[in-house]
Amino acid sequence: MPKYLLLKHYRGGPESHRPVPPIDQWAPEDVEAHMAFQHHVSELLESNGEYVDTKALAPAQTWVRYGGPDAAPVTTDGPHPETSDLIAGFWMIDVESYERAVELAAYVSSEPGPGGEPMYEWIDVREVMWERPPTTDGA
Amino acid sequence: MSDEPTQRLDEGALRTLVPRVLAGLVRRGEEFDAAEDALQEALLEALRVWPEHPPRDPRAWLTTVATRRLVDARRSEAARYRREEEEYAEPRVGGAGPEEGDDTLFLLFCCCHPDLAPTSQVALTLRAVGGLTTREIADAFYVPEATMAQRISRAKRTLQGRRLDQPGDLAVVLRVLYLVYTAGHAGRVDLAGEAIRLARQLTLATAEPEARGLLALMLLSHARLPARFAADGRLVTLDRQDRGLWDAREIAEGVRVLQSALALQRPGHYQIEAAIAALHDDAASAEETDWPQILAWYDDLVALTDDPVHQDPAAVLGRAVAVGHVVGPTAGLLETDRLREVLGDRHRWHAARGHLHELGGDLPAAAAAYAEAARRATNVAERDHLIRQAARARA
Repeated sequence: MPKYLLLKHYRGGPESHRPVPPIDQWAPEDVEAHMAFQHHVSELLESNGEYVDTKALAPAQTWVRYGGPDAAPVTTDGPHPETSDLIAGFWMIDVESYERAVELAAYVSSEPGPGGEPMYEWIDVREVMWERPPTTDGA
Repeated sequence: MSDEPTQRLDEGALRTLVPRVLAGLVRRGEEFDAAEDALQEALLEALRVWPEHPPRDPRAWLTTVATRRLVDARRSEAARYRREEEEYAEPRVGGAGPEEGDDTLFLLFCCCHPDLAPTSQVALTLRAVGGLTTREIADAFYVPEATMAQRISRAKRTLQGRRLDQPGDLAVVLRVLYLVYTAGHAGRVDLAGEAIRLARQLTLATAEPEARGLLALMLLSHARLPARFAADGRLVTLDRQDRGLWDAREIAEGVRVLQSALALQRPGHYQIEAAIAALHDDAASAEETDWPQILAWYDDLVALTDDPVHQDPAAVLGRAVAVGHVVGPTAGLLETDRLREVLGDRHRWHAARGHLHELGGDLPAAAAAYAEAARRATNVAERDHLIRQAARARA
């Protein structure tokens, strides 16, 4: 079964379908509904036997590169352009097909936002590559 | 009295034997690394054999079997060198063995050797003193078992050839146990409970008041754990906790241990933090918290370091919150200002300021500070809590 990452972003991706203010500016009951939905997605995936892992990433970002021989690493911790991608977290799922991954990503995207309306958030779907080739060559 | 030959294998009792047997082996001159491996094999053997044939003296049984494993290992090594060593065939039986507490302290000093990195000290302590399996330790820290196995064997290799007969650094041991405690309780293995168990053993081995201070601090904060999370997993802060859920027995034990430490008149930061925790535990409601006393303890905590540059920023921040409650929110905020350089990038600094702004009735400023704190949090439960605080202050 293929594995996919369903990535959520703090920013980046196609133009928002529906602009939404930062979550700390929502009504408290909308915040609750949104958080409850995130837990619900994990539980749903688990009960479907499709869950692998989920993690959230803190927004602070540092770019690092080799500084050259005998030099300290070169780092840049922003601010980065507002348009650059910034991953917020992911679910890793193990599903029957690409179509199923897309279906689940769309469900994640329907999460409730301000006023309980769906957020229509863009979800980045990426297949996880396998470490080893299959045992048969399919010939 | 039952004559049943089969008794249920008590894993807890088995685990308390681990440090005693291991300390005995290392004391008589075995390499720590080899002795630990041999004991792990003996424990596996015990799990297999004891249910059918319970030993009369479990400790002697483990020592004998571990010794045999050591001899086997040495024989196969010796074969390579065409040399035989027979003198280890039977365990040496000493006179009156050292006290259990001495063994624990001795092993803690080995595992918390200053040459080891903190992550290795923690892993080795849990395995060699706590008697946890590599799998359990890996689960507790959410790393693959192979990673943890490697970490442990590298740590043991580092100890090879080091003199292990010197008294170690108790401050390092205390820090390692506190690291185990704060690493949490979310996994399958209750690390907080394990840290308390080890700290309790440590206080049997040393009269050092800071060891008791650490145990008291753990007990007094662990007592609040049942109220710290709601049924849906959300964080509940101290001021909103259902105090009826606090563990009164743990609080009573913590206070008793703390009093015995303070009586020795050698205060240290664990004792002082425990005293502050005790004052929170003592309040029947958040409103009844004795903030003036808490502030006095924070004054002592900050004063432990004379040099203002090297003062513990967390202590200064805690004191600023206490100032906010005793003198007033504006004074408290002023106290946090001098931490902007050191802590301005940490979520705790912004969260404390949010609390102080809220205390002073400035809800927009509180909401902004909570939102800043949420952006810097590195823990999902704390992040979610801070977002809720921000939304609540704005509503």
